[in-house]
Amino acid sequence: MPAIELSKAPQPSLTNPAQIRNFCIIAHIDHGKSTLADRMLQITEVVESRNMRAQYLDRMDIERERGITIKSQAVRLPWRSGYDNQEYILNMIDTPGHVDFTYEVSRSLAACEGAVLLVDCAQGIEAQTLANLYLAMENNLTIIPVLNKIDLPAAQPEKFAEELAKLIGCQPEDCLRVSGKTGAGVEELLNEIVKQIPAPIGNPDAPARALIFDSVYDSYRGVVTYVRVVDGHLSTRDQIQMMSTGVRHEMLEVGVISPEPVPSKGLGVGEVGYLITGVKDVRQSRVGDTVTTYVRPAKDQLSGYKDPRPMVYSGLFPLDGADYPVLREALDKLQLNDAALVYEPESSAALGFGFRCGFLGLLHMEIVRERLEREAGLTLISTAPSVIYSVTDGDGKELVVTNPSEFPEGKIMEVKEPIVRATVLAPSEFIGTIMELCQQRRGTLLGMDYLSEDRVEIRYTLPLAEIVFDFFDQLKSRTRGYASLDYEPIGEEAGDLVKVDILLQSEKVDAFSAIVHRDKAYAYGMAMTVKLRELIPRQQFEVPIQAAIGGKIIARETIRAIRKDVLAKCYGGDISRKRKLLEKQKEGKKRMKMVGRVEVPQEAFIAALSTGEEKADDKDKKK
Amino acid sequence: MEPRADHLAFYIHIPYCVKRCGYCDFNTYTPAELQIQSSLEVISHDYIGLLVKEIEKSAAVSAAKFVPTIFFGGGTPTLMQPSDLGRVLDAIRKNYTLTDTCEITIEANPDTVTPDLLSQLRSVGFNRISMGMQSAVPHVLAVLDRTHNPANVEKAVLAAKAAGFDEVSVDLIYGTPGESMQDWERSLDAALVLPVTHISAYALIVEEGTKLAARVKRGEIVMPDDDETADKYILADNKFHAAGMEWYELSNWSKPGSQCQHNLLYWYGENWWGAGPGAHSYIDGRRWWNVKHPGTYKDKLLETGDPTHESEILSAEQREEERLLLNIRLPKGIDRSSLSVEQIMKLEPYLADGHLSREHWESGVVSLTQSGRLLADRIVSSL
Repeated sequence: MPAIELSKAPQPSLTNPAQIRNFCIIAHIDHGKSTLADRMLQITEVVESRNMRAQYLDRMDIERERGITIKSQAVRLPWRSGYDNQEYILNMIDTPGHVDFTYEVSRSLAACEGAVLLVDCAQGIEAQTLANLYLAMENNLTIIPVLNKIDLPAAQPEKFAEELAKLIGCQPEDCLRVSGKTGAGVEELLNEIVKQIPAPIGNPDAPARALIFDSVYDSYRGVVTYVRVVDGHLSTRDQIQMMSTGVRHEMLEVGVISPEPVPSKGLGVGEVGYLITGVKDVRQSRVGDTVTTYVRPAKDQLSGYKDPRPMVYSGLFPLDGADYPVLREALDKLQLNDAALVYEPESSAALGFGFRCGFLGLLHMEIVRERLEREAGLTLISTAPSVIYSVTDGDGKELVVTNPSEFPEGKIMEVKEPIVRATVLAPSEFIGTIMELCQQRRGTLLGMDYLSEDRVEIRYTLPLAEIVFDFFDQLKSRTRGYASLDYEPIGEEAGDLVKVDILLQSEKVDAFSAIVHRDKAYAYGMAMTVKLRELIPRQQFEVPIQAAIGGKIIARETIRAIRKDVLAKCYGGDISRKRKLLEKQKEGKKRMKMVGRVEVPQEAFIAALSTGEEKADDKDKKK
Repeated sequence: MEPRADHLAFYIHIPYCVKRCGYCDFNTYTPAELQIQSSLEVISHDYIGLLVKEIEKSAAVSAAKFVPTIFFGGGTPTLMQPSDLGRVLDAIRKNYTLTDTCEITIEANPDTVTPDLLSQLRSVGFNRISMGMQSAVPHVLAVLDRTHNPANVEKAVLAAKAAGFDEVSVDLIYGTPGESMQDWERSLDAALVLPVTHISAYALIVEEGTKLAARVKRGEIVMPDDDETADKYILADNKFHAAGMEWYELSNWSKPGSQCQHNLLYWYGENWWGAGPGAHSYIDGRRWWNVKHPGTYKDKLLETGDPTHESEILSAEQREEERLLLNIRLPKGIDRSSLSVEQIMKLEPYLADGHLSREHWESGVVSLTQSGRLLADRIVSSL
């Protein structure tokens, strides 16, 4: 049996780097990464068969339900190689598989020497996988191409082997064929990992340097920091120091994940494990930072550290205003585990008190919202996502605007918006539709390549704001779900952008203001006013709904005054019923928000805000 | 007006119809639904026996002496034998004193009344009759699932007059799917040429569980929009006014002095006893209602002497709510001095928009204008 009993396997802290292989799996959502990981856990016998469950490593409910990994994992797998019958330690570092978390992916990759490129051989490679593959290649990782799901009737391993071979410059026959579901080929894959991926190299005698590739808050243990030791040694007795901030922490525990945490004496060169320091907030133990010892600090930080920067902002408001303190507490708690989440209090005339929150992207936004709702039992309204604009006003003063309400009134010299480089992978029959969509969204074609005979990679620059709008939905629906998208920020560009306000009876409704391109202002104004006319019930007076740029009205709709609101009949037997109806109506009125004299039901706000919001989850949900 | 403590009105429910109309959700049953094989005479006789029992029970419970009004509704009260209806009146007379002006009303289906029946009803004591006319337009009646021939209405009204009914009323329904403004006008004109002293006109309400509701749900027929229904109300109000009938409640108009006293008593919050299955009663802030099914009603009444299904005791707040929601429906309206400053402030926009009568307002009364009547529920719910 190639599995090794844990107690007899090379022990953490004492493992010879030559026996270590650090690898990650690069895969698109639903290409079977978690299932393959499950099989690896089983075959190496770190999880007993009777304890096995599907998607073993996915910790959060949301991860398991949506089939996406939000945070990475690192599991130590002892393995006796089928080639040389030697004992090895394979550290499998799981990576988040989404464009929002590119930075976290890059840090996971930096902790490895090799990557398994896992592709569903019924679907072929997807845009995000390609992006991560390029990232891995830039990091000089050894790539092992693997075709998964060979058990599927729709599998086309020959076709996609060609595609992969072309992408990474190998022979089609070099692609391994596995089935995470049946376990076929997985043992061979483990052997290939040992054979192809280089052992880590580091200086055991140098001052300690370890790369943080993940940092997770645990309510019992505080922050658990995942590291890969590059040089030197970390042990339980050390006081450690974060190199970006110089902050010192006591080491409470060092260990490895196998796949439950197992404390060890320490971690040596090339080893992957966790540290617990009693820190309560992940922002004090940031992904990408370098850990060294206080007594013998390293001189140079490992390269590549960046502060996470939000890309997309949105207001989150509790449906019930009384829940505001609950929301604040829930955000505080979430931030302990999410260094990228930023927020500050915001008050809206229409929606009451809430928070302006910054996110890495749309998926991040949705995950945060879903966790807040699920974990704190809240019902939230989120305003339309906005990107970060740099606005120069009439006096030449530059402002950073993440909320339409901050957009200066009066003369504007220039507005700059974030631009991304987007990559779309799709069957070639959709080239026309995709280009049409990108053109509509103010895109500029950068280039196009055929991955295989009938699959293309199309590259565009696009304003991020256009993607944040319903781009992904549109892309998916126009390509019958076949296209995949990846993007990375590449800077800012000036654009002819204006703020469109929506007015109800001449009163501005802040929640509906939006910054849009001038060419689209009219369409936005029309869409919003028409929608609101349908959503807002008739009042006892006429209500004009207008869209305006500054003082200029660009669209107008009118809600006619209601003329009849009475039940004609009211006899003896009806009185109780009528009173109860009235009480219900009064109760309903309490949930109305007043905009001037206009009563607007909460539901109207939610409905008006819900469209135009990209449903990022569709791409991440398993069928 | 303060409720008269020693007065008690009666509502007598007759839960039988020959056929159920498609829009009706009243507590009524056809013999087929009840699977009764007996003749109508036998049903009538037996059922009236139960009503008499309940009336006797009322006398044991209530301290009232005088009965100002009695109203027989249904169902189709005229399905009962006039002599049986007379037994009910006798039971009331035996236990209470009818006031000199006591109004005794019966609802009637214009198809089933004959001159003979009408004079029998007169002779047992009825002095007011209300005919279910609904519409004068056959295709509208068909949607309502009504069986009568519009021409029968005129015959029935004239026969009632001839039998000695001074107070004759007709009921109209507007806003039936497929009813045009011209159709409605035709119905109004047809009602106004009749020698009636009172007209009720209701906008059709689609009640859940009715055949009509099912047809609307299936999309077979489409309910008219509220604006059109509002126009029909205004047309009716204008025509009635021109014919010398004034509104004395949102949906009721009469010649001077011909208001239905029984109706008014509900809206004034006076005491009444409802006898029969599903009937509601109200005495001094307590409301209760009987079990709905005639069979259950019979069993419960005979076994326990009390057919009450549920009751509620109104809190002071609920009584106040009811006072407002009922009084706003009347021209005499709500006394402004009975309202708080906040409530008055909430009413001011309606006054400004012309939904409340300025003239009344200045004399201290909150009274609806024509446009305000159409918004009565909205206005009262703002209080």
